[in-house]
Amino acid sequence: MPIRAQQPDVSVVTLTIDGQDLSARADETIIEVCRENKIPIPSLCWMDGLSVVGACRLCVVEVDGGPRLQAACATRVREGMSVQTNTDKLQRYRRTLVELLFAERNHVCAVCVSNGHCELQWLAQTCGVDHVRMPYRNTGYNVDSSHEMFRIDHNRCVLCTRCVRVCDEIEGAHTWDVMGRGSGCQVVTDLAKPWGESDSCTSCGKCVQVCPTGALVKQGTSVGEMVKDQQFLSILARRRSSR
Amino acid sequence: MSSGNNKVTVATTWLDGCSGCHMSFLDMDERLVDLAAQIDIVYSPFVDAKTLPEQVDLGILEGSVSSDEDLHKAREFRARCKVLLSLGDCAVNGNVPAMRNPFKLDAVIERAYRENVDLNPQIPTEGVPRLLATVRPVHGVVDVDIFVPGCPPQADAIHYVLTELIAGRTPDPSQVTRFGA
Repeated sequence: MPIRAQQPDVSVVTLTIDGQDLSARADETIIEVCRENKIPIPSLCWMDGLSVVGACRLCVVEVDGGPRLQAACATRVREGMSVQTNTDKLQRYRRTLVELLFAERNHVCAVCVSNGHCELQWLAQTCGVDHVRMPYRNTGYNVDSSHEMFRIDHNRCVLCTRCVRVCDEIEGAHTWDVMGRGSGCQVVTDLAKPWGESDSCTSCGKCVQVCPTGALVKQGTSVGEMVKDQQFLSILARRRSSR
Repeated sequence: MSSGNNKVTVATTWLDGCSGCHMSFLDMDERLVDLAAQIDIVYSPFVDAKTLPEQVDLGILEGSVSSDEDLHKAREFRARCKVLLSLGDCAVNGNVPAMRNPFKLDAVIERAYRENVDLNPQIPTEGVPRLLATVRPVHGVVDVDIFVPGCPPQADAIHYVLTELIAGRTPDPSQVTRFGA
């Protein structure tokens, strides 16, 4: 469900983030305020223009010195709130989260079409992941190349569900969904039919553009060639909400 | 970090890799002349020495651990080197050699030496090391001190890491390189 209020709350609150005094609209989330003020917080499932799921937990922050970490994408700002975005503890947690993503499926950057343009690869570098401490699972997942324009490689999927949300909320097709649990969890097209046989897919390619990794890509791309364009999303989302 | 004649002794070898990381080392070009004044390469594919000395300041391993021989080399390097460095993605995360891991070893050997061979297919058994069932990064079998990812790490990144180590500092390779760089 979208966390954003339908009628914008124009009242203003003041808060501090990393010791910086800031003001924000009361209906904004911590991550939105951080993005506006160029305070870097890593994120993966959050995307400006899509609903909030708070799944990846990479944007966790410390609020008012409390022990419970909160997802900056799913927490609204409050008057007098004090937020820490980059403590040693947070860095440790984020690093571990990114390592677990790398250990779970096959993310061999050197032979990936998204090499050099991948959000997961960039996150690993910025979170200081220079190696993965846990053993790799070494499990193979399917690659579905049945669609004439696009391809999904489940080995590269981090289950952020951006494709599911953009297809449902922006394109309105709801071709994508999620099936299975735990390590068997996978995004699927049309009740797990091959993508090429999907009746609902409009071949718009929005899912491909919002995918942070090399999981959803254009057919015919080679190593490092898949560059994604996500400009359209915030423009479309804003036009939708002002209708 | 130095010993004896004030030069840092360095040993390097490749395990299951393509030697590209060693090529990237050579790509330091003219900076190698300055480095040669500060380090002594005592064992490496670059030099003639055939045995690893008992004590080395810095050991550099390229490639993943895929066979009995790789495992032996990794353990020997760990035992004899004060600081052990994983150079490149294969050593750091398994990379391309580890892409065989989702398959059974028998299926991999069958595919490589029988299915895709037209003439006299046979599985080599003599004079070659036994393959391990699972390819692991170097730190999957021995403790590693410094990780330098990249496929291969750029010469600039290797130069930064080496000069920091020679100066006695701990480098932060994430500033200059990444997986797949």
